[in-house]
Amino acid sequence: MTDYQENSLLDCSGMNCPLPILKTKKAIDGMNSGEILKMISTDPGSINDVNAFTKRTGHELIESIAEDGDYTFFIRKS
Amino acid sequence: MSETNGQPKRMALIASKGTLDWAYPPFILASTAAAMEMEVGIFFTFYGLTLLKKNIEAKVAPHTNPAMPMKMPFGPQGFQNFEWPMPNLLMGNMPGFETVATSLMKKTFKNKGVATIEELRDICLESDVKMIGCSMTMDVFGFTRDDFIEGIDVGGAATFLEFAAGADIQLFI
Repeated sequence: MTDYQENSLLDCSGMNCPLPILKTKKAIDGMNSGEILKMISTDPGSINDVNAFTKRTGHELIESIAEDGDYTFFIRKS
Repeated sequence: MSETNGQPKRMALIASKGTLDWAYPPFILASTAAAMEMEVGIFFTFYGLTLLKKNIEAKVAPHTNPAMPMKMPFGPQGFQNFEWPMPNLLMGNMPGFETVATSLMKKTFKNKGVATIEELRDICLESDVKMIGCSMTMDVFGFTRDDFIEGIDVGGAATFLEFAAGADIQLFI
């Protein structure tokens, strides 16, 4: 696992679909292009959801890590 | 990006049901599609129109959903996991059953970190989801414009179809 230096941290632990994606979108809107968001989720669906979200919106999913029911995503704003 | 030939993807939904369980799909899909940079419009018609009222009073009706799992949102895990056998005859006839089932479902959703309908609707409004209230339904059910939230359009089938004609995704809910 590589650790990236995030510019923003968003903890969506305990939230269920679609809140992690909605909160991620809002967080990214408040960031500058090229900055990195670290998002933490406990929703198992978020692995596929974040992948679909970034594919659709053009932001770069640098890495997604699944570990003991915790999911961590590093997303670079396009 | 969410674009083909410079045009954003577009989703058109019809929300036709007003119970709590059926209130979720249109607002979940609409808020998520907007987050994914799609243009979204929802036509609220018949019972779905009540989801645009200032106070959403949506309830679940378990007797019309015999497959609904009946579980308790409190107590030890084994108790919570137990599925209560509820005969349809009982669910349909016991006064207050819908109210109890509604508060249990709301409690379960809260425990599981699911947004409320009001939260999702607010996000839809903030993210410019076009919400069209069906004018015919307003008339039939005796509602006035004042019963509904700000920020919605009022129109009929033609208003929705004009929007839906350019949609990539169309769903009837």
